[in-house]
Amino acid sequence: MADPSATPDFFLRTLLASPSLHGASIGDRIYRVTTTAFALSIPLLLVLLAIEVMVAAWPALRQFHFGFVTSTEWNVVDGVFGAAPAIYGTIVSSVLALLIATPLAIGVAIFLAEFAPPWLRQPVAFLVDLLAAIPSVVYGLWGVFVLVPFLREKLMPFIADRLHLGDTPLFSGPAYGPSMLAAGLILAIMVLPYISSVTREVLMAVPRSQREAALALGATRWEMIWGAVLPYASSGVMGGIILGLGRALGETMAVTMVIGNRHEISASLFSPGYTMASQIANEFAEATNDLHLSALMAVGAVLLFITLLVNMLARWLVWRVQRQERA
Amino acid sequence: MSARAPRRSVRVRRARSAVMVGLTVAAAVLATLPLIFILALLIKQGASSLNWAFFTGMPKPVGETGGGMANAMAGTAMLIGIAAAIGLPVGIGAGLYLAEHRNGRLAWVVRFLSDVLNGLPSIVVGIFAWQFLVRPVKQFSALAGGIALAVMMIPLVTRATEEMIKLVPDSLREAALALGYPRWRTSLTVVLRTALPGIVTGALVAIARIAGETAPLLFTAFGNQFWSTSLTQPISALPLQIFSYAISPYEEWHSLAWAGALVLLALVLVISLIARFVTRSRFGHGHD
Repeated sequence: MADPSATPDFFLRTLLASPSLHGASIGDRIYRVTTTAFALSIPLLLVLLAIEVMVAAWPALRQFHFGFVTSTEWNVVDGVFGAAPAIYGTIVSSVLALLIATPLAIGVAIFLAEFAPPWLRQPVAFLVDLLAAIPSVVYGLWGVFVLVPFLREKLMPFIADRLHLGDTPLFSGPAYGPSMLAAGLILAIMVLPYISSVTREVLMAVPRSQREAALALGATRWEMIWGAVLPYASSGVMGGIILGLGRALGETMAVTMVIGNRHEISASLFSPGYTMASQIANEFAEATNDLHLSALMAVGAVLLFITLLVNMLARWLVWRVQRQERA
Repeated sequence: MSARAPRRSVRVRRARSAVMVGLTVAAAVLATLPLIFILALLIKQGASSLNWAFFTGMPKPVGETGGGMANAMAGTAMLIGIAAAIGLPVGIGAGLYLAEHRNGRLAWVVRFLSDVLNGLPSIVVGIFAWQFLVRPVKQFSALAGGIALAVMMIPLVTRATEEMIKLVPDSLREAALALGYPRWRTSLTVVLRTALPGIVTGALVAIARIAGETAPLLFTAFGNQFWSTSLTQPISALPLQIFSYAISPYEEWHSLAWAGALVLLALVLVISLIARFVTRSRFGHGHD
C-alpha cells in the first residue's frame, strides 16, 4: 500500500489528508485526487495560456502603451505597431455578421420551435446544425472561389449601380471582391447555427402555459410569439447572440481567406480590411524581428481579452435564464 | 362602422400573423440554402479531382500534375490521436469531478472556465502553443500541434461527460454503494459505464470538431510536404494542406484543395453520424 505521506507534493498531501476523506479507502483517495487534478487542470491551463500570451505581448505593449490600440500605423520596417485597423475590422465584420445572421437565426428557431410540423423539425434542425460542423477552412475555400467572385461580378455592381448606392460612404470604392462585406457574409453563415440552436433551446424551455394564456386571450399565433414567448426568452436569446459574437470575433481561417488583408480603416464595406485573428494568421509565420512578433502576440492578447469578456457575458445571460427556469 | 372596425382589425392581425409565420419559413429555407450550395459544389468540384492517387500519393511540386494528400491524411490521423490521448482522460476526469461535485465552489469555477476555454479563438490557442511549446525548442512539431488541439478538446469532453453522468440515476449509484462497492469502483464501473455511450458520443463530437481546425496548427504542426510520423518534426494535416493549396495561384492545386475539402468534410460528417448512432442505439427509444 502506498503511503500518502511519502508523496513529495504538498498539494497532494493536503488533499489526501482533507477531513472529508477521513476513513476513505486508498482507492477512493487516489480516485478523488486524480479527478480533482484533472478538474484543476482547466483553470491552470487558462491561467497558463493568459500568462504566456501576456508575457510574449509585453515588449510591444510596454513600448506603445495605449497607442497600440488607437494607432493605425503598422510598419514592420520602422518598428511602429498600432492595431486599430485590425480591431476595427474585427468589430465591424462581426457586427455585420450578427446583423445578417440574427434575424435569420431567430426566424429559423421560431419556425423549428413553434410552427414546423414534427416530420420537418428534425431534418431542418439537423441541416442547420450541420452548418456548424463545416470546418472553417472549407468555408474559406468556398468563399475564395464562389462568394468573392459572386460579390465582385454580381452583388457589388448591383448595389453600386442598380441601387445607386455607389456614392454612399458605406458602398463606395472599386469592387475588388475580397472585402469587409465578404467577411461579414461568410461569418453570418458560420455563426447562424450557434445563435439558432441556443434560441431554439430557450424557446422550447418557455412553459406551455405562457403560450396557452396568450392564445386564450385571443392572440394570433404571431402575437403569441411576439407578446408572450419572446419576452420570456429574451435574455437567453441575447445570450445566444453574444455567443455568436464570440465565435465571429475569433474566427480565423475563412475570414483570412476573404477579407483582403489590408491594414487600413475604411468606412466602405467594399474595401479590404483586416481582423485581429487574420492578421495573426497572416503575418505570424513571416515575422522576423522580435518586436513584430511581440506586436502580433499583443494583438492576440487584445483578442483574448475581448473574447473573454464577451463569453463571460454570454454565459452569465444563459445562466440567468436557466436559474429563472429552476426558480 | 363600429361593427366593421374590429372585424377588419382581426383580419389585419391574422394577415400579419400569417406573413410573419411565412417569414420564419423563409428564414429556415434561406438558412439551409448555403449548406446545400456548399455541399453541392464540394461534391461537384471535389469528386472530379478525387482518385486513388489522391489517397496514396504525395504532394507534387508546382507544374507536375496529379499528386495526393496521403501525408496530410496520416498527419491529421496522428494529430487527432495525440489530442485524444491527452484530451480524453483529462476531459473525462474533469467531467467526473464536475458531476460528483455539482454545487461545489471549485466545480462552479471549473465549469465556468471550461466554457470560457471553449469560447477562446482557436488562433489564440495556436499562438499560446507556439509560445509555450515551439518557441523554447525552436522546432515546429506534431506534438505541439496535437497539444494545441487537445486544449480545444478538453472543455468539450469535460462538459459532455458531465452532462451524460448527470443523466445516470442516483439510485444506481446508491445501489452500488449499498452493496459495499467503494466510491471509486462505483464511479468507474457503474456510473461511468452506464454513461459510456453518451461519453463516446461527446468524444466523437469533440474529435469531429478538432479534425477540421486549421488555426491552432498554423504555427505548431506547421505543415510538411513530405511523409512524416515523427512527434518532434513538423507534420502536415488536411486543413493545413487545403489552406495552402487554396491560396496558391495554381489551378492544379485548387482542384486538389477541393478534393481535400471533400475528404475532410466527409471525415467530419462520418464521425458526427457515428456519434449520433452511438447514442441512438442506447437512448434512442423514449425521447427525441
